[in-house]
Amino acid sequence: MRAPGLILAVTAAVLAVACAPADQTAPPTNQVDGVTCTKDKLPTLTPGKITFGTDQPVYEPWFVDDDPANGKGFESAIAYALAEELGYAKTDVVWTRVPFNAAIQPGKKTYDMDLNEFSITEERRQAVDFSAPYYDVDQAVITLKSSKAASVKTLAELKQVKIGAQVGTTSFDAAERLQPEQDVAVYNTNDDGKAALRAGQIDALVVDLPTAFYITSAELEDGLIIGQVPAGDGKPEQFGVVLDKGSPLTACVSTAVENLRADGTLGRIEQEWLSSAGTAPELK
Amino acid sequence: MTSELQRERLAYKRSRSRRSTLVALLSTAVFAVAVGVTVSRAPGWPRVRQSFFNVEIAWRSLPAVLEGLWLNLRVLAVCGALILVLALVVATLRTLRGPVWFPLRVLATAYVDLFRGLPLIILLYLIGFGLPALRLTGVPNDFVVLGGAALVLAYTAYVAEVFRAGIESVHPSQVAAARSLGLGPRKTLRLVVLPQAVRRVMPALLNDFVALQKDCGLISVLGAVDAVRAAQIEHARAFNFTPYVVAGLLFVLLAVPTARFADALARRARRRQGGR
Repeated sequence: MRAPGLILAVTAAVLAVACAPADQTAPPTNQVDGVTCTKDKLPTLTPGKITFGTDQPVYEPWFVDDDPANGKGFESAIAYALAEELGYAKTDVVWTRVPFNAAIQPGKKTYDMDLNEFSITEERRQAVDFSAPYYDVDQAVITLKSSKAASVKTLAELKQVKIGAQVGTTSFDAAERLQPEQDVAVYNTNDDGKAALRAGQIDALVVDLPTAFYITSAELEDGLIIGQVPAGDGKPEQFGVVLDKGSPLTACVSTAVENLRADGTLGRIEQEWLSSAGTAPELK
Repeated sequence: MTSELQRERLAYKRSRSRRSTLVALLSTAVFAVAVGVTVSRAPGWPRVRQSFFNVEIAWRSLPAVLEGLWLNLRVLAVCGALILVLALVVATLRTLRGPVWFPLRVLATAYVDLFRGLPLIILLYLIGFGLPALRLTGVPNDFVVLGGAALVLAYTAYVAEVFRAGIESVHPSQVAAARSLGLGPRKTLRLVVLPQAVRRVMPALLNDFVALQKDCGLISVLGAVDAVRAAQIEHARAFNFTPYVVAGLLFVLLAVPTARFADALARRARRRQGGR
């Protein structure tokens, strides 16, 4: 049962924001779910340090130069903002590289929290904890100007071309939901998907919108965003921080995320790293 | 007519075999109970059971995994047949004697060296994404075909070496005898050397066949959805590893007939050589 915890967390967040003096640096000893969210009290892997996990390689605009520790890129910036919110200095932040499968296996984790564009779903909650969401993401479909998919304007037309997506992503789920006439091609990474696009094996690739903007502006010379594809059940899809199932940190991290949302930090980081992600036409 | 003594002997043998069966049964039961208790008493067992042995998720993922397996089987059948034929040709080229065949021998050797050493994933990428990117006319652009071609290239090199080992293990006196009977070099190879060679390397061939069974799934890096890929997709939906276990069990079931077939062949070979 996560609901009482969430209500508590949100209440605590609202209270914390409401009663916080304007220029506070360290948050007051805020207790969430009986855990004190301060550096000296948080039961992290290494006391006094906070360990973030992420995959290797990681991609722009989420991280820059495949180096999560440089504070550049949306998720790297979020990680450092979270650490600061919990009272950790930059030097207290440790990064570890965790492949997708290792991040979600049921055994002991090698990280305190993992940021890797993980979409929150109810089903996944049975295996891991998610923090409060830190980004609402849309799915988009991209192609090459030379491809026959370049002229696609509607969902009905999109169904007729060969679509690909990365395995294990909500982009793939979105591609499946389109119910295209040909089977969705599945790739290990978006890099492989791009290779298949160049080789003409697929006509279009489904990726999340910020990635779509990045790929079409910086990676594919003649790349083109066809448009956004509708979300699953009408609800926006959201990224959350992944923590070990039942982690004592979850409530504190969720509170920190809510605090960052309330004080405008989330919006600022989003502006800085994902601002190019305007909107693409919504395909109907 | 069996004598009294022989009947006693047989009865004794039967009683011993009954006893050994019973002992085997008991020790297996004890072992299974010990393993079961150790695993289920482990502190992490409930989570492992939920993550790896979740009946509901297994049932839900089965249709997709089976559909993927059907692709594996089709690729296996086509590639397996091609590999056998091509490998035999390459092995024969490598064992040709005489200076006139030198270029062919060198080509075959170079081919085997290259494709046995190259990691299969890299080969798949080169053929699957590299070849079509050349935009040559006439090159197929279907990832199953391209992936199959890469598998055939890699495995032909392995199997050719197995065949060559078989060919070279046939004693030279066999060739000499065949030639003295008036068989030409081709007939000697076809009627005397190859049958013995193939029979000898059967276990190794079946081993490679099981390896191919599993490696067929690697074509999924090019976009095809095989059994393991289908399991991976289901796994990412719920962050649950059960679909992998389902796919794994299906692969084991696939390998069992091959293993029994290999055993039967070995038994037949022993019988032929007068053993028991």
